[in-house]
Amino acid sequence: MGHLHFELRDGNIVSTKSLVEICFHGRGGQGAVTAANLLASAALQDGNKGVQAFPFFGAERRGAPVRAFTRISGEEIHLRSEIYNPDIVIVLDESIMELVDVIKGLKDNGKIIINTRKKPTDFEFFHQYNVATVDATGIALKYDILVGGIPVVNTPILGSVPKILDRVTLQSIQQVIIRKWTGKKELSERNVKATRDAYDQTEVSV
Amino acid sequence: MQCQSNYHGTRGGEEKLTIMIDTGNRIAAKAAIMAKPEVVAAYPITPQTTLVEAIAEYVARGEYKGEFICVESEHSAMCACIGASAAGSRTFTATSSHGLLLMHEMLHWAALARLPVVMCNINRVIGPGWNIWTDENDSISQRDTGWIQFYCSSNQEIFDTVIQSFKLAEHEKIVLPVMINLNAFILSHTSMPAEIPEQRVVDEFLGKHIAHWKSDIDNPTTFGNIIGPAYYYKVRRAMQQSHLRAKKLIPQIAKDWKKSSGYFHGDLLEYYKCEGAEDILLSMGAIGAESKIAINELQNEGQKIGLARVRVLRPFPTEEIIKLGKQANLIVIDRNISVGLEGVLFNEVKAALFGTSDIKATGFIAGLGGKDVTYKDIKSMCRKAIQGTSKAQEWYAMED
Repeated sequence: MGHLHFELRDGNIVSTKSLVEICFHGRGGQGAVTAANLLASAALQDGNKGVQAFPFFGAERRGAPVRAFTRISGEEIHLRSEIYNPDIVIVLDESIMELVDVIKGLKDNGKIIINTRKKPTDFEFFHQYNVATVDATGIALKYDILVGGIPVVNTPILGSVPKILDRVTLQSIQQVIIRKWTGKKELSERNVKATRDAYDQTEVSV
Repeated sequence: MQCQSNYHGTRGGEEKLTIMIDTGNRIAAKAAIMAKPEVVAAYPITPQTTLVEAIAEYVARGEYKGEFICVESEHSAMCACIGASAAGSRTFTATSSHGLLLMHEMLHWAALARLPVVMCNINRVIGPGWNIWTDENDSISQRDTGWIQFYCSSNQEIFDTVIQSFKLAEHEKIVLPVMINLNAFILSHTSMPAEIPEQRVVDEFLGKHIAHWKSDIDNPTTFGNIIGPAYYYKVRRAMQQSHLRAKKLIPQIAKDWKKSSGYFHGDLLEYYKCEGAEDILLSMGAIGAESKIAINELQNEGQKIGLARVRVLRPFPTEEIIKLGKQANLIVIDRNISVGLEGVLFNEVKAALFGTSDIKATGFIAGLGGKDVTYKDIKSMCRKAIQGTSKAQEWYAMED
């Protein structure tokens, strides 16, 4: 992969230094690790000085449940351990929830984004947590974002993140996507549009 | 799939600032390529593979102009590096775990032949049982080969230490191989930002590699010939003297690099909030970074505790440890063990203190096999040591 270049945005000062820990749940091959990396890059561009992205350390198999992690902070991150109590959980594949307790360890005031056609209130834990839902699969299909005929939801669902987290902007997420797929303009444009749709269509429980 | 992003901006005017957010492995590869080695020879092994793949990408893009030799084993990788270095080339390789162990014979060779090979080792468990996670027994078991050993705690430190290592290895007063260690996955596969200086900064800092001796057909010399006991005795002493000189040069090079790049991660040790400390924690690698959070919290709770992160294990920072031993009780966390004895850092710290101090030293084994070590764990170990409720050498959080 080539180097990706972009300008640091001016006047974007992060007022809080507090740490945000995000856990992605998906299936091997859905691009959870890529999503974690893209989010970290976008957060850095938005002025968060400390960012980190890492996979679950272990063997990965296509289709098996996988996790990936992003940390965002206003200052250098010294943490090197795993994330046990995320602030945000992002579920790329709804069916994972039958196999994995995705809200395990989620902080009391935690937030959860789920790729689903359901509404936030359809989930029993919506009383307990801030639930956001988006049909990222539908959006991926709409923009023909497919790998091997399977919809890839990792980039669309990133569009939902700014809706619940003010530390990262949709603009930065889109810029990071454009830079990642430099030389594949048409593909990156479809991904950018998908993040916009996801942002607009994300429903958040109050 | 990796995500690599470079940010360009400015820092205080004209200077161009590039922040690369990528994994420890890929940032190590970036540093190695910017040092412009004439030869890279390597064999892939998990979790080092992405480092070698990154170098292959630089070759494919035409950004690396040197010789990239794909060999059939790690033993051959080190042999190729030895040959290239003996011919006067700047040389780089990378390995991990069983790969490092397969090199063992040639690690001794590179050091005894006084060849400034630079190598990244990704600290991974030795099998069986088969395990790809991190601990430090692979490199610790090579500590007597004569290689200088660094242990890194962040991606920025990896970049800066790789550059510093070429300077150190090739220095006329040293001429020894250098191993830069980074924890498997925790650093090798974790994306973090690192500021990358302009190529010109690295070029000016390192200069061109001048081999102080080399195999040269125009100036034939004998290498590796039979030598008698008296001369061999001198060879060993010369190595030792170079290591002792490295204790002075490592801080100097770190200082010089700070001037060039703005980054500093410590000398032989990195001191963190040690002023007035009555207890000082010693740890290495990724645990060394996580320890800072533990220290912050313990200080907030009123404990007079600081951290001395061990950056260099060989040469061993004996004088610095003695100084610490005059100030505070010492707590040592080892992610390794010399089976039948104790944690190696703990053992060596106590040896350094012998006859100079009667402070209390407490040792913990933690995180073997990649078992996660959190700042809460570190706090718990420190508290136990301070309260005197731990065993002389304790296996932390061992579930029976």
